[in-house]
Amino acid sequence: MNDVNTKKLTVNGKEVEFTNEPNLLEVIKKAGFSVPTFCYRPDLTQYGACRMCVVEIEGRGIQSSCTMPPEAGLIVHTNTARVRRIRKTVLELLLANHDRECTTCEKSGSCELQQYAEEYGIKNLKYAQKAEKDYLPIDDTNPVLIRDPNKCILCGACVRACAEFQGHAVLGFANRGSKTLVQPMAGKHLSDVDCVFCGQCQAVCPTGALTINSEVEKAWKMINNPDKKVVVQMAPSVRVALGEVFGLKPGENVIGKIYAALREIGVDLVFDTNFSADLTIMEEANEFVQRLTKGENLPLFTSCCPAWVRYLETQHPDMLNHLSSCKSPQGMLSPVLKELLPKTFPGYTKDNIVVLSIMPCTAKKVEAKRVELMKDGKFETDIVLTTKEFGRMIKSAGIDFAALEPQKADSPFGGYSGAGTIFGASGGVAEAAVRTAYNMVTDEELTSLDIKPMRGVDKNSRSKQATLDIKGIPVTVRVVSTLKEAEKCIQEIKKGTAEFQILEVMACPGGCVNGGGQPTSCNDSSIKEERAEGLYLEDANLQVRCSHKNPDIQRLYKEHLDKPGSHLAHQLLHTTYSDKKKGSYKDFSGCV
Amino acid sequence: MTTALINIKSEQEKVKEAIKAQGLRVLVCAGTGCVANGSLKVIEKFKELGVNVRPMTQQDKVTIVPTGCHGFCEQGVLVVIPELDVTYVKVHVEDVEEIVESHIKNGKPVERLLYVDPKTHKHVFRNEEINFYAKQTRTTLANCGEINAESLDEALAVRAYEALHKVLEQNNPEAVIEEIEKSGLRGRGGGGFPTGKKWRFTAANRGGKSYVVCNGDEGDPGAFMDRSVMEGDPHKLLEGMAIAGFAIGADEAYIYVRAEYPLAIHRLKVAIAEAEQRGYLGQNIMGSDFSFTIHIKEGAGAFVCGEETALIASIEGERGMPRPKPPFPANKGLFGRPTLINNVETLANVSTIILKGAEWFSSMGTERSKGTKTFALTGEVNNTGLIEVPMGTTLREIVFDIGGGIRNGKKFKAVQIGGPSGGCLTEEHLDLPMDYDNLIAAGAMVGSGGLVVMNEDTCIVEVARFFMNFTQNESCGKCVPCREGTKNMLKILERIVRGEGKMEDLDTIEELALAVKDGSLCGLGKTAPNPVLSTLKYFKNEYIAHIKDKKCPAGVCTAMKTITIDPELCKGCTKCARTCPVGAIEGTIKNPHKIDQNKCIKCGACMNSCPFKAIKQS
Repeated sequence: MNDVNTKKLTVNGKEVEFTNEPNLLEVIKKAGFSVPTFCYRPDLTQYGACRMCVVEIEGRGIQSSCTMPPEAGLIVHTNTARVRRIRKTVLELLLANHDRECTTCEKSGSCELQQYAEEYGIKNLKYAQKAEKDYLPIDDTNPVLIRDPNKCILCGACVRACAEFQGHAVLGFANRGSKTLVQPMAGKHLSDVDCVFCGQCQAVCPTGALTINSEVEKAWKMINNPDKKVVVQMAPSVRVALGEVFGLKPGENVIGKIYAALREIGVDLVFDTNFSADLTIMEEANEFVQRLTKGENLPLFTSCCPAWVRYLETQHPDMLNHLSSCKSPQGMLSPVLKELLPKTFPGYTKDNIVVLSIMPCTAKKVEAKRVELMKDGKFETDIVLTTKEFGRMIKSAGIDFAALEPQKADSPFGGYSGAGTIFGASGGVAEAAVRTAYNMVTDEELTSLDIKPMRGVDKNSRSKQATLDIKGIPVTVRVVSTLKEAEKCIQEIKKGTAEFQILEVMACPGGCVNGGGQPTSCNDSSIKEERAEGLYLEDANLQVRCSHKNPDIQRLYKEHLDKPGSHLAHQLLHTTYSDKKKGSYKDFSGCV
Repeated sequence: MTTALINIKSEQEKVKEAIKAQGLRVLVCAGTGCVANGSLKVIEKFKELGVNVRPMTQQDKVTIVPTGCHGFCEQGVLVVIPELDVTYVKVHVEDVEEIVESHIKNGKPVERLLYVDPKTHKHVFRNEEINFYAKQTRTTLANCGEINAESLDEALAVRAYEALHKVLEQNNPEAVIEEIEKSGLRGRGGGGFPTGKKWRFTAANRGGKSYVVCNGDEGDPGAFMDRSVMEGDPHKLLEGMAIAGFAIGADEAYIYVRAEYPLAIHRLKVAIAEAEQRGYLGQNIMGSDFSFTIHIKEGAGAFVCGEETALIASIEGERGMPRPKPPFPANKGLFGRPTLINNVETLANVSTIILKGAEWFSSMGTERSKGTKTFALTGEVNNTGLIEVPMGTTLREIVFDIGGGIRNGKKFKAVQIGGPSGGCLTEEHLDLPMDYDNLIAAGAMVGSGGLVVMNEDTCIVEVARFFMNFTQNESCGKCVPCREGTKNMLKILERIVRGEGKMEDLDTIEELALAVKDGSLCGLGKTAPNPVLSTLKYFKNEYIAHIKDKKCPAGVCTAMKTITIDPELCKGCTKCARTCPVGAIEGTIKNPHKIDQNKCIKCGACMNSCPFKAIKQS
């Protein structure tokens, strides 16, 4: 209380203490008030463009609270006639220039413009409405993102997300005045620029201007087809985020309910990507030990994140030798299911199995369509749904998700270790790999399995590094999230100053818990932290916490794959990469 | 500290001698306006003839001096021969020979090239007697038109870099800031923020890398005072910047100039190169420990880049969009470093203040607005051009004395002051002393000093529409109130001038204007509604006439014009019918014609073609 760093200001007559809050808006929240905003996103730079968060400060007049640094003694009013007039005018102006076909909009119900228009009671549309001739074409050329400029309110969140997270600036502003637009460079289509499909632009979009190309209907069609056997896998981070769609707390692990919901929906078998995360560790740890022994292609880059893989293939094809040849966990499980299920489950054939994958990620949809991940002319993974799409599916099936009794996954590809579960948070893959690599080199177990320096998903933990001693061999692991950070690592390697042997990269800030396909969390940066806590909590509570100790994994090697890096393992679990050329995504083999 | 400062006085003596040796100086304006009127050819012609000149004067030599802007652009090309006490106006290349032969050689002035006073209709010889110049106090512009802008020697002769020398000699940055504070100088770029205060805020962050940025992105339509300084007296600006750099502890600076000012960019480059080469800028200036490098950054023509944070973004290579303040540039500006950003005219005042003292400067002007201010006087006045007057000069003095009154004996209606972000002033403001605070109180602003005079034939709603169209096109598109608000204000104004306005539009536009003024992110948006608000305040009846009576009182708005043919006067010559571009005129030969009002586009071509003045507009 008497901390010298603690200062006070007044919000609506209520005194509130603050220390290092980055802006007045956060202090106002702390005081228990909320102000509307479109362009403020805690993980992005403050922009101050939408003017919704304006407040009146005595002696300072109108200020946008998202850009105002908190100062001791400020007397702030968040709800005066003056600020309400500005907010109302902003809403009326935005609506006048907006495609107001809400009922068919993907964002209906979660659109912030819709929400504030309702809260502020905008009924009288006094400005001339957007004319038919002013409508711009919708860009649906990108395999996962749909861009509808008629719903864009130019808050610039997508532009900032692309530039600040991925350092990539695929989206930018064009023109001036009322002709201003957000668009890919030089007015190109979203398929003709270096988009990595991370979906962060869509995740921070307050309206329906950027949405995910949904595959829900395709999934229903397969489930309703009696000739198909739909088998499901879901990524680690889905279990700690899906609950939010149904009013549960972020970070609450709902995996048992997910299994149950899937069976209610009518799928045939329910497995878990956590299992194949363990499998990835077996292969990748082995690969690392091999490379370390031979001293080649180091540092090893993890290959779980498809946006990162895409980035390397297009921007740094000369670095592909560093990339682990392991498929991602999604990419590993699908061929295992298609290859092995027919051997043990009667009625299952390579042709009738449909692998449905539920991911926190938009880029996974594109990964599934890689030519390298085809077998016998068919994709190994058939349908990829994001957490958000899956949530909608459960809702439309009329399932009371929160009330479901937890169930268990099917055997033999459903059991997982704590190492598999932490894949969902930035640093998790590296931590899991170290746990197993240590064992592979030394034949002993790590005394402490928690590698704390690799944890943390907040804004300040986008680059982490730890050095471990594996029986006299120092191994340095660099963990980064966002491609902006990854690019720095690449430059270090190119300059010869890199001192790490493993590089884990997740394109989304904080990793998959904050993936582009997760339920909206862009207004609260603590949500991804709570999700990550949920994963580490499960890891701590599981009996088996190392991939190599997962009995299902041990059985898989014993019965089918022999050992990590074996011939069959290579056939099923490893892949290749190639120069995918800058500036065009015409090379993916199919359209979603 | 001041190890071995050069002796500036002796330098000055040297160059003065050199200039004396030039003989008879013929000053030919080579500002952008006069260049457009052919001054380069005039200069060439003078030089061509000058070689053989054996003047009848005491001088045995003639030197042609291409100078910066004299200000009286509409009378260009201007040729001034100070020693002969004469100013020639509207000089063409064909006139040069006569000036040389008649005046320079034979001492007989060329009367037909003298300025004629619009009131007395008499020829005027001397600059000081021309009404346009008589009431001016030229300090910022003092050397524009007097010296060759591309010569450091000529600048040195009029005391360039003496103030910087003085500052370096005293070696007390704090004293410099105090002097500027005491002078009462306020930002000439529009806001009128006290300059000394700004310097002090930036100097408070002294220690690391700091920058000085000069805002030369003069974007207001019709305003060209900054251009004139950069073209006419670049060293004055560079010196002001160096003094500012010394005061706040910066060693690097940028001048942001619009690329549409190629001459200004050229002259600045020449000036910087020469000053650096001779040690007046660059490393160890004039032998001191102080080093100061100036870069030029060319803007790409966005009006909004005149806003300081957008300008900074633009220098950094980002899209020119304003950033919210705080943080102010003084704390976090260019490349995240403390930055002092001042406009050209502000910085051009600095050296004179240092030389002549704060008291001298603050003796001019009003209580809270000191010194002089330049205005770009345009519109329906007899004399248009660039003027400089003490703060507090009344509109009447500017329009009727300096401007010589309204053209063609028409009636004064209003002035738009401060560019598109400014406001309208009317007859009732003619005796208002013009300074920062009075103008704000009247709903206008000094702005950069654009002053457009309008007569009774100007439609005020159309004026508001014109400026709104400008701000809408130039809005950066970042914040909602400015981007969408200006668009919707423009739509309403367009409706009204089309004769489709409704009375409730007046309430809507006023409410919208207030919200845009209140809610916008930067100065552009905050001031964009000014033309609407001030015209609504002073000329509401004109709006109402457009809406209720469907009449444009000034007869400007085409949509409300009706063009008819007087059957009494029409002789049926068919000329009008043949001229009409849309075939709206019907009639047979030798019979009165008729205009089909549904087809007529009101272009007025028929009126001009009618030999019998039978076609009238109402």
